[in-house]
Amino acid sequence: MTAQPLESTTAHTVAMLRERMRRLGEPTARRELATHPALADVVRLRAGGTYRVDTASLAFLLMAGPSREGAWTALVNTRDTGLEAAAGLGLDLDRTLVVPDAAEHWVEVTAALVEVAALVVLRPPPRVSAHAVSRLAARLRTREAALVVWGEWPRCDAELRLAGSQWLGAGHGEGRLRSRRTQVLVRRGAGPERRRALWLPGDDGEVRPEHEHEPRILTAS
Amino acid sequence: MSPSRTLAVWCPDWPVVAACAEAGVGTRAPAAVFRANLVTAGNAAARRYGIRRGMRRRDAQGRCPEVAVLPDDPDRDARAFEQVLTTIEALRPGVAAVRPGLAALPVPAAYYGGEAPAAAVLIEALVAEGVRDCRTGVADDLFTAEQAARTAPRQECVVVAPGGSPGFVGPLAVEVLEGMLEEGEETTQLVGLLRRLGVRTLADLARLPARDVHQRFGPLGARVHRLAGGTDAQLPVLREPPPDLVREVAFEPPLETVEAVCFSLRRTAEAFVEQIATRQLVCTRVRVEVECEASIGTTYAERSWAHVRWFGPGDLIDRVRWQLGAASTQGLGSPVSLVRLVPETVEPGFGEGLWGGAEELVDRQVAKVRALLGHDGVVVPVLQGGRSPADRQRLVPWGDRAPGGRDRALPWPGSIPGPAPSVVLAEPWPAVVEDAAGRVAVVSERGVMSGEPTRFRAREGEAWQTVAAWAGPWPVDELWWEPDPSHAETRRVARFQVVGADGRAWLMSCTMTSGDGRWWTEAGYE
Repeated sequence: MTAQPLESTTAHTVAMLRERMRRLGEPTARRELATHPALADVVRLRAGGTYRVDTASLAFLLMAGPSREGAWTALVNTRDTGLEAAAGLGLDLDRTLVVPDAAEHWVEVTAALVEVAALVVLRPPPRVSAHAVSRLAARLRTREAALVVWGEWPRCDAELRLAGSQWLGAGHGEGRLRSRRTQVLVRRGAGPERRRALWLPGDDGEVRPEHEHEPRILTAS
Repeated sequence: MSPSRTLAVWCPDWPVVAACAEAGVGTRAPAAVFRANLVTAGNAAARRYGIRRGMRRRDAQGRCPEVAVLPDDPDRDARAFEQVLTTIEALRPGVAAVRPGLAALPVPAAYYGGEAPAAAVLIEALVAEGVRDCRTGVADDLFTAEQAARTAPRQECVVVAPGGSPGFVGPLAVEVLEGMLEEGEETTQLVGLLRRLGVRTLADLARLPARDVHQRFGPLGARVHRLAGGTDAQLPVLREPPPDLVREVAFEPPLETVEAVCFSLRRTAEAFVEQIATRQLVCTRVRVEVECEASIGTTYAERSWAHVRWFGPGDLIDRVRWQLGAASTQGLGSPVSLVRLVPETVEPGFGEGLWGGAEELVDRQVAKVRALLGHDGVVVPVLQGGRSPADRQRLVPWGDRAPGGRDRALPWPGSIPGPAPSVVLAEPWPAVVEDAAGRVAVVSERGVMSGEPTRFRAREGEAWQTVAAWAGPWPVDELWWEPDPSHAETRRVARFQVVGADGRAWLMSCTMTSGDGRWWTEAGYE
């Protein structure tokens, strides 16, 4: 279909007006969701936001915040999750819904779960259409929920990833994995990357920030 | 002052009083009512001999050989209580029977010059009718009023000041719920569970967050929580329920026996409760209207019934049975042609006030997802005992009861201690682990490694990694995962934790055979 010049300017105006209405309708400050204390100074989840993570433990850590406050959370398309680890990070499994395989309905399923869950973790399929992204974004804006995408996603408010992970406790046949020190890197738009050194988990199973004075062990023994 | 205050009239040990009256025995002598050879109620004299509810008849007679053994008959209790209700009604219309032995009415304070005088007038009238032991309580809500009446001395009244309900019921032990909410089993379980959780008094219960109580104990818990917090009366009550909630059933030809009426009423009672529930409401006070075909034309009888919790279908049928049983003594024993159930008071049901329970909302969304994906599409995670990470978790369809999972408290030898893997593969990946000589590492049946693992590939397509550290083996016999289920068999496998040079760690397993080992990646520590 070819657009007439007149129509195109009309469409442009309509789009502009819609954008203005959207901005008017949007509360200036979205409600903040509870964030796990270990991440609190690098990222703050807001309702309506989309966040990207690269690992399961980061997804669980983000879920743990609202979950510990009594909110419902959900996992979509996650067949391969270690739920014991999730519970260990503070996720309340009694208030967690899991849709292991949403197949081609993943957009509808995520949209439905956003209605009840404060945070939905989604593993998107390899190819995501722009239509699906904008549809979910529109749904999120009207709800008090955040979306955490574990995988690839075109637009997001912040991107979290782990780097420099180091597992401690295993040797050469002896010992066992006990703790991991790692860095959480948070990129928000074009701003500088923020980083936080974490024990994920520490020796006692708890997640906590690594303190400056802790000596960095370079070799696992 | 709160607009409506409730007066509860309680006649203690009503089954005994009614049975004694029927049997022509005095109530001062020890007497008890038995069902299936167990004591269901005893009078004060019997209690002095140590006769308690639930005691066996032989034991009761052992303690007091002259105890009057009376049969249990709820219909008789209801019939006898009708007299009490009629007496109260003569003084103040609008009385509702809660159950035989307990009635509730709005306090006619203004007319009699105060709540206590009004209660005194009532008690006087009842004693004049021969109901010697009656006690009254006044409070904002029915539950507290009943508790107040139970603490009142004989023929006295205890008034709980407006807004004083939480303070009054708070110190009461949770066991008081048992007698009150009826529906024995469910309530008894709730009370037992609360006790085991260390919730001793209603104040303890009220201190818990409402949402948690609702999620753990369901609607009954939410109701009890409201009662315990004394907030029951603060709920917006629809004094005039919508007229379309009325349900009636006509009998053609009219039915002669109470049993036949109650039997035919079941469907109607269920429909009545259900249509109220679909509006997120519960009925706490119902009027039962009965029309009978008598030779002199149609006669008509009605009675209001209140419920401390709310009416379920079984409760409604019990009330109709009691009412018909009572009516038959008053010369209304003609065939019944119509029964009508009229809700007098409906309240927001299930817990969390205006918004409905969180669980109902979740239910609705889950139903949407299920419409797309089927029943098993939405699951909830449950942890259980087991050796491999995949065994230690289970997904149960939402709303289904998880049937006996493995006990997590058992030691599970062979399970791997320490942090749990954050990725547990539903289907393990075929992996390769090589030793320094470039051969696939093998674990012998006695658990000895052929050589130190030096490099590995977690799955095809992944890059080869140098082993930075490793731990294991943890040997275990188990039914090992097999792509073709017909080949599944008990095998001995050894598990390893393998850390790659890139900092990622994996849980891998190797079948323990004398020949070449097969490696699988079971889980990842992401």
